[in-house]
Amino acid sequence: MSDCGLLVEYAEALSDGVHAAVLGLDRVLAADPLPGQTETVPAYVNLLVLFDPLLTDHAEITAGLQTRLGRVQAERAAGTTHLVDVVYDGPDLAEVARRTGLDPEAVIATHLSGDYSVYLYGFAPGYAYLGGVPEPIRLPRKEAPVRGVPAGSVIVAGGQCIVTTLTMPTGWWVIGRSPVTILRPEGMLFAVGDRVRFRRSGP
Amino acid sequence: MNAVLRVVATGPQVSLQDIGRAGAMRFGVPRSGPMDRGAFAMAIAAAGGTTGIEISRGGLVLDCVAGSAGYAVAGGGFIVERAGTQAGSWHAGIIRAGERMTVRPGFWGSWCYLVLAGVVEGARWFGSLATHAPSGLGGGLLRTGDEIRVAGGTAPVRDGTLPCPAWARPRHMLRVVMGPQDRFFPPAAQAAFLSEVFRVTDAGDRMGVRLRGPSLRSEGALGIPSEPVVRGAVQVAGDGVATVLMADHQTTGGYPKIACVIGADLDGFAQLRPRDAVLFRAVTPEAAVGAARVLAAAQARVIAGLGRG
Repeated sequence: MSDCGLLVEYAEALSDGVHAAVLGLDRVLAADPLPGQTETVPAYVNLLVLFDPLLTDHAEITAGLQTRLGRVQAERAAGTTHLVDVVYDGPDLAEVARRTGLDPEAVIATHLSGDYSVYLYGFAPGYAYLGGVPEPIRLPRKEAPVRGVPAGSVIVAGGQCIVTTLTMPTGWWVIGRSPVTILRPEGMLFAVGDRVRFRRSGP
Repeated sequence: MNAVLRVVATGPQVSLQDIGRAGAMRFGVPRSGPMDRGAFAMAIAAAGGTTGIEISRGGLVLDCVAGSAGYAVAGGGFIVERAGTQAGSWHAGIIRAGERMTVRPGFWGSWCYLVLAGVVEGARWFGSLATHAPSGLGGGLLRTGDEIRVAGGTAPVRDGTLPCPAWARPRHMLRVVMGPQDRFFPPAAQAAFLSEVFRVTDAGDRMGVRLRGPSLRSEGALGIPSEPVVRGAVQVAGDGVATVLMADHQTTGGYPKIACVIGADLDGFAQLRPRDAVLFRAVTPEAAVGAARVLAAAQARVIAGLGRG
C-alpha cells in the first residue's frame, strides 16, 4: 500500500483460524522484525506491515515475510483474561429486547454469557473490537448513526462488542456503560488476543 | 531563552504538533503529526526545535507575555505580522515580551507551522506531543487564553527569510499506488478515477479530505472485514464519494480503498484549498518508493543549506 506498507491478506472472510494466523504472524514480526519495519497492525483477516521507504521497499519486505511465514504458529497465544464491570442501563436495551424477542433481563444474561476476545483495535484510539457476542442478541447496526454517544458506553452490533473510549457517533446498540478505563496514558488495557468476561454491576 | 506565549485568538483546527507517534496504530492510534511534513521539517530545522503550532486557514494571534523565543515559520503562503512588521510565512526570527504575532492565510496554502526553539511544555501521549484532533489527546487543540511555555531555546539557526522550495507548493497531480481494493471497482470506475478531475471540498479536516467528482461505485465490497488503512488511502464510501485519509486517519476501515496517494505527494495535496482540482495518476510501488527517496534527498539538501544562509 502506497510507498510504506504491505498488506498480508489471509482470506476475505473472518474465521478463528484466519485470525489466529494473523496474530501468529504478528508475534513472529514482533520477535524478529524485518529490516526497516516501523510497525505492524493486525486486523480480522489481514496484517499491515508498515516500513520506512528510505530503508527498504515492497520487494525486500515481501522476501523477508516469505522467510518468516513458515515459522508462524497459528495456535492461540495465552492472553490475559480481563473482568469488566457493566451497568446495563443503556438507552437501546429495550429496543434490543424488542428486536430479538427477548426480555431485557434475558438480553443482559445472554450478553454476560459471552466469552469475548480482543480481535483488533480500530476506528479510534482504544476502540477494542471484541468478538463473541452470542447469536441470540446479534443485530445489524442501526440505519443511521447516533451522535454524541458518551465514552464508556457498551455497544453491540452483529457479533461485535466495544466499550467506547471517546464521545463519538455510533450506529451500534448502546446496552450499558462500564467504568473500565481502556485508554490510559501509559498504554491500552487490553492486548489483541486477550480474553474478556463481563460482570454485572448495579441495575 | 524561555518564553510564555498567550493565545489571543485562534481558528479551528489549530494544534500543537511534533513529528508524530509511531507504533500505536495497533491500538487505534494513528501517527498524527503535521499535515505538511516537509514544511514542518523546514521550520524545525530553521528554529532548532521539535515542537510547533499547526495553524489552519482560521489563523492565530499570539502575545509574547514573558521572555523571548527563537522561532521559524514555514508552510503555505500565509501572512505573518510581528511587532507591526509584515512578512511571508517562510522566515525565522525572535519574538520578545510585549510583541504580538498574527498569522493569517494569504494567497495560497491551508497549513502553516510556527516552530519554537527549545522544548514546548504540553501533554505527551504515547511519547509524543502531537495532537490527535478528534480526541484532543496529545498537546491539544489551542483555545483562546491558553498559555504556551517554551524553555531552553537559542536564537534560530537562521534569521530572516527562508527559501520556499518547489516541493512545498500545492500539488494538483497526485501519484497513486492502486489498491488494495481496486478489484472491487468496475473498469469504468477505475478509468474515471484515473482520468477525470476531482475537486477538494470544504469537508476536510485532519482526519481526511472529501473530494467531489465522478461517483466511484464499488461492487460487492461493502461487506469486507475492517482492515488497516494508511495515510493517503483513497477511501470510497457506499455512496461513491472518495475521501483521502490524512494525519489523524482512522486506523481501520471497512470501506474499499481504490488507491493510496504516495507519501511524496501528500504534503502538496494538504496545501490545496476547497474547489482546487486534482488528477490521479497510477504509479508502481517501486516508483512510489523512488519518489519518497528523491523527495527526502531534496529536503535534506535544502535543510543542510539553511545554516549557510
